[in-house]
Amino acid sequence: MTENVNPFAYAPAPESRELVSIESSYDLFINGKFVAPKSKKRFVTINPATEEVLSKISLGGKDDLDLAVKAARRAYESVWSKLPGKERGKYLYRIARLMQERAREFAVLETLDNGKPIRETRDTDIPLAIQHFFYHAGWADKLEFAGNGANPRAHGVVGQIIPWNFPLLMLAWKVAPALATGNTVVLKPAETTSLTALLFAQICIDAELPPGVVNIVTGDGSTGASLVAHNGVDKFAFTGSTEVGKAINRSLASSGKPVTLELGGKGANIVFEDAAIDQAVEGIVQGIFFNQGHVCCAGSRLLVQENIHDHLIEKLERRIEKIRVGDPMDKNTDLGAINSKEQLQKIIELTQSGEIEGAKAWQPDCALPSRGFWFRPTIFTNVTGAHRIAREEIFGPVLSVLTFRTPQEAIEKANNTPYGLAAGVWSEKGSRLLWASRELKAGVIWANTYNKFDAASPFGGYKESGWGREGGRHGLLPYLTHSSTPRVKPSKGVRK
Amino acid sequence: MSKDRIDVKKTYKLFINGAFPRSESGRSYPIYRKGSKVLLAQPAQASRKDLRDAVRAAREARLKWQSATAYNRSQILYRIAEMMEGRRLQFVEEIMAQASLTKSVAEKEVSEAIDLWVWYAGWCDKVGQISGANNPINGPFYNFTSPEPIGVVGVFAESDSSLLGLVRAMAPALAGGNTVVVLASERYPLSAITLSEVIATSDVPAGVINILTGIRNELTPWLASHMEVDGLDISGEKSRRVEIRTLATENLKRVADFGSSTSPNRILALMDQKTIWHPIGI
Repeated sequence: MTENVNPFAYAPAPESRELVSIESSYDLFINGKFVAPKSKKRFVTINPATEEVLSKISLGGKDDLDLAVKAARRAYESVWSKLPGKERGKYLYRIARLMQERAREFAVLETLDNGKPIRETRDTDIPLAIQHFFYHAGWADKLEFAGNGANPRAHGVVGQIIPWNFPLLMLAWKVAPALATGNTVVLKPAETTSLTALLFAQICIDAELPPGVVNIVTGDGSTGASLVAHNGVDKFAFTGSTEVGKAINRSLASSGKPVTLELGGKGANIVFEDAAIDQAVEGIVQGIFFNQGHVCCAGSRLLVQENIHDHLIEKLERRIEKIRVGDPMDKNTDLGAINSKEQLQKIIELTQSGEIEGAKAWQPDCALPSRGFWFRPTIFTNVTGAHRIAREEIFGPVLSVLTFRTPQEAIEKANNTPYGLAAGVWSEKGSRLLWASRELKAGVIWANTYNKFDAASPFGGYKESGWGREGGRHGLLPYLTHSSTPRVKPSKGVRK
Repeated sequence: MSKDRIDVKKTYKLFINGAFPRSESGRSYPIYRKGSKVLLAQPAQASRKDLRDAVRAAREARLKWQSATAYNRSQILYRIAEMMEGRRLQFVEEIMAQASLTKSVAEKEVSEAIDLWVWYAGWCDKVGQISGANNPINGPFYNFTSPEPIGVVGVFAESDSSLLGLVRAMAPALAGGNTVVVLASERYPLSAITLSEVIATSDVPAGVINILTGIRNELTPWLASHMEVDGLDISGEKSRRVEIRTLATENLKRVADFGSSTSPNRILALMDQKTIWHPIGI
């Protein structure tokens, strides 16, 4: 036994790749079948942890979207809208069960395509995606109790665009409520993460879902723009950046079509002096390093009460040194690969701005793989509210630490952002937690916890983090037409 | 009208931050008895600066209105109905004069408007109960959702209605705990100012309700684009809706559009749902 061996080092525990078979290229999923793209264009998708090419994905063009929207319309009119809720629900239950049976395969595929650790896809992404289908299945025949009146109705064809940070989970957040409420769907996955959506298409076939109820058109930003511009779509749902969300909303302004937007965030995580420090440290780590920080609700601004700052940062650094960065397929890995080269560039650029503007960066001394896209967990101290790293969404494993003296100052700093998606608050005093939770302008408040999700829990933002909710009873409402039965008859008055 | 004395006519002014200023621009515009050249009044023609002052007042009044208990807000809105009842005659006469309606129609409109305040007043401490939820989480967490006001709401009163269309548009935003900047009907603005006088004596904190009279085309773009306005109720505005929606996108204002309907959904459209998690443990 050599002296340098660390007896506590983790032996590699790789998940098997053999669980999935990835085809060399994929077609679009339209009207219940895989069809070659009319655009004749394809692009490669790679494993961001190795830069290995995984497959070629179809780039859907205008004609492809047209087919998909028409298929969705036909399916809506001829089958889906006529099906009783009870039967619609059974399809969703079937989908949930089929996904459970292939959960491990989904997890491996997601990790290969996205770069996130297998521990997270296996324990979080895939089980939550399945829960979403199971949860919403049960709503399909209970919609009259959902709160939008006695006769809630679907919109028709829903266009949905999802991001790359939780590919299958975001698909589930979009597709499950849309189908449960009786809509049909044209979904565009993110450019870099199409594979689990395409495996989901196979699940739709295996569940014998009527053709056209779900259509999946892969592609890039141009594909998404064509979907937004298509006049055959009745409702839109988008998850992604605030900038793109605003562009979508502007382009739909003339049509007045209903839109749901889940956009960016710059979540504040507030630690009061009376917090349980060790739990808070775990919560901070979960808040910013979960999913490489590719989380719109990440707790990317840590607000620490000044008198515990040094103590907390010391503990936090010690904890971060234990984070295992590397092969996402290794079951021990905590922090995987950055999803794309573009995203890595963005993270690098913003962290450089942090140093230029005078904040102090700290990173653990961990080895990074030689290939693929990687970024060490990073914390910035000496951050002020004016720094870009305190204002802009970095969408990476980078934490900005600010301090406060009074609870009022904490709230003021936390709310000093155009975003309002999520926030955390740590204290052992119940009344203070409830006070802070009330004062924080954000759609999700995690008190003494962070980054928790559930199919029954509504999720969505205040202010420029978007509108509408996903999950829970509230998540159904955007997919149902407004019931605004007049109580008082509109009276224009009788002119003399 | 008695010949024995000259009656004292009212100056119709703006309602900003609990006070009744003229427009800082010094402008006014004439309102005639419908279908005649008989001058009824010359209400203020609000400027962009007046609108900004109104938004600032609404912004500052937010905390006071939001931190009032729902029971308290409910009583204040109910008091508006009480005060209106006492001024019923004045409202009826103004509606008749502006819109040229019969007395019975005008009386019906005033009654409906008063009753509508009562209806929305009652919602203040109930909307959270019909819309909130305790969510059953797959794990040891207590998790609940409740609606909160979005902040400052710009309200476009219905342009073809003197009073009812005004109340229909502003009451839901207030019941949800928002503060409002209201653009009165351009053609029938007089009831809006009389309503401000009611509001001023109803214990509504200054700045919670601000009412501007003037030319819609002048004010609409500034209200739609103001970065400190959090939402709009455009139910009463039938023109320039694309422009309003486009301008409102800059800070993602919530835009409510309900026509002339009355519904708790109209309150909820100007509220955001907040979900709070806490672990359960010993």
